[in-house]
Amino acid sequence: MRKVSVIALALVFVVAGCVQQIPKEALELTPESLADRQRQTRRFVTKGEKALLASSVAVLQDLGFTLEASSTELGLVVAAKDLSAVEPGEIAAVVLVAAITLLGGAPVVMPWDAKQKVNVSLTTRLSGENSENTLVRVTFQRVVWNNQGRVTKTEPLNEAKLYQEFFEKLSKAVFLDANEL
Amino acid sequence: MPMNYDRLKDHWVLLSLVIFLSLWMGGCTTSKDAILASEKTQLELRSIQQRAFDTTDREKTLRTIIATLQDLGFVVNHADSTLGSVTGTKLNNYSLKMTVTIRPRGANQLLVRANAQFNIQQVEDPEPYQQFFVALSRAMFLEAHHVD
Repeated sequence: MRKVSVIALALVFVVAGCVQQIPKEALELTPESLADRQRQTRRFVTKGEKALLASSVAVLQDLGFTLEASSTELGLVVAAKDLSAVEPGEIAAVVLVAAITLLGGAPVVMPWDAKQKVNVSLTTRLSGENSENTLVRVTFQRVVWNNQGRVTKTEPLNEAKLYQEFFEKLSKAVFLDANEL
Repeated sequence: MPMNYDRLKDHWVLLSLVIFLSLWMGGCTTSKDAILASEKTQLELRSIQQRAFDTTDREKTLRTIIATLQDLGFVVNHADSTLGSVTGTKLNNYSLKMTVTIRPRGANQLLVRANAQFNIQQVEDPEPYQQFFVALSRAMFLEAHHVD
């Protein structure tokens, strides 16, 4: 009888386990929302939104992104880039595990992260009515697949360094474009 | 013998459980039938997914929707000002995709409708939409009216 209960319980878990529910906080503003917005936004003194959007597209192209969608009326640019996700540290671990298990006679080759797709959306808006300033907000996220084609990571990219570098490049591009060099 | 009888009973319970489960699963719709299926009626879904705002400024509303999605951690995939739609995806060890559309309601209002997909499920729980409209109305500086 105990065996039956175990099997029944296992079945209940299997059936219930396949439905992951939406987390309670998925659509809720959190204390981090403001910090995220600040990290993702910069103010530019520029003649207009469209010029800034054009400069942003140029920077994304410089970085190897291709344009997926855009709306000049709404101040939006969407771009993506596929690239390798191989990390030397992880490869070293895979090799180490394979070497150790080889000693036991049955080598185990763990899967490793192979490629990633990075999505970025960039929006512009005037920082107030009749303003000379335009705000640019950029957000990055990525999906990572391992060498077996399985998705291993779906995550936002929140590293401050990434945003700093992007805005540094955009500042340079705005300067270049404005001065038509 | 009592022991054999017990084992037989065990098998019966197990067998009926397996039969019950296979009938239960077999009775479910096929994966093609499920394409246009929804747990709730259209009317119920609409009352959960849409709100009216006292504005007729389409562009400002769409821009505020984009900003709200970004505040909530979404990366925008697409926006169309003529149609009045915005689609975005939030990745956070899960994939949450949402489309928000606007259309006029009467002479003084815009109807904002949102529908979300969490991984491979439609989101039909009212709570997440409630939270989205709270965030949106804060950004719009306008109240989100329930409509039936």
